[in-house]
Amino acid sequence: MRYITPRKAAEGLGSAHSGTAHHWAMTVSACALVLLTPAFMLVVGSAIGLPREGVAAYFGRPYPAIITALFIVVGMLHFIKGTRIMIDDYLNHTERKVAIIVSVIFGWAVIAAALFALAKMALVTIVI
Amino acid sequence: MADVNRGNRPLSPHLQVYRLPIAAIASIMTRITGHALVAGIVLLVWWLVAAVASPGAFAAADWVMRSWIGFIVMTGSAWALWFHALSGVRHLFYDAGYGLEIDEAKRNSWVIIVGSVVMTLISLILFFIG
Repeated sequence: MRYITPRKAAEGLGSAHSGTAHHWAMTVSACALVLLTPAFMLVVGSAIGLPREGVAAYFGRPYPAIITALFIVVGMLHFIKGTRIMIDDYLNHTERKVAIIVSVIFGWAVIAAALFALAKMALVTIVI
Repeated sequence: MADVNRGNRPLSPHLQVYRLPIAAIASIMTRITGHALVAGIVLLVWWLVAAVASPGAFAAADWVMRSWIGFIVMTGSAWALWFHALSGVRHLFYDAGYGLEIDEAKRNSWVIIVGSVVMTLISLILFFIG
């Protein structure tokens, strides 16, 4: 007789051996993005077409800046985990490793670029 | 051997002529839209960084953003974002155990497809009158 719970006996037997934490992270970020998406689209729609000073002043305000920062940070983390699913499905060996590395670097680069631009616009508005 | 059915037998699914069910089309479109959103986010973040970089950089990014290329990328991204968001909501319902019967899955696949187009048209109308 094995003194082991049914859960312990089943853990890690799926083809990926793990994944619950990944799925839960996608669920949480998806819920956040459902709320953020309409707000973000309205913010971007209001900003496109403005002159350069207008863009800086608009994203210098709290609401557009916070919505944009949240959408891009949560969205790119969702993107990194989402591409990982596709990479695991379609690629193997070295190609898989390279694709995961490229995906993670790209995601964080987009986050850094967007936050830098938003921070600079916020500071410029304070100076004026 | 006289009554052997020679011409009307069921064929096994052949991948080159197999018509995907609507739920399969909605599923693969979710993956494609999610990854295609890279184009929209790169254009938008380039435009944001250009705005704080220099007048010349912003002029270039803003020209692309307001050109027909920018219009196609941003409109396409709006549709992709609505499609992916609606499909994501469906996944939350799936996880909770709802909408998994074949008839329901067919129906909510059409809701996602039609809904994403309708929401994109509403977004465009709001953009141009707003």
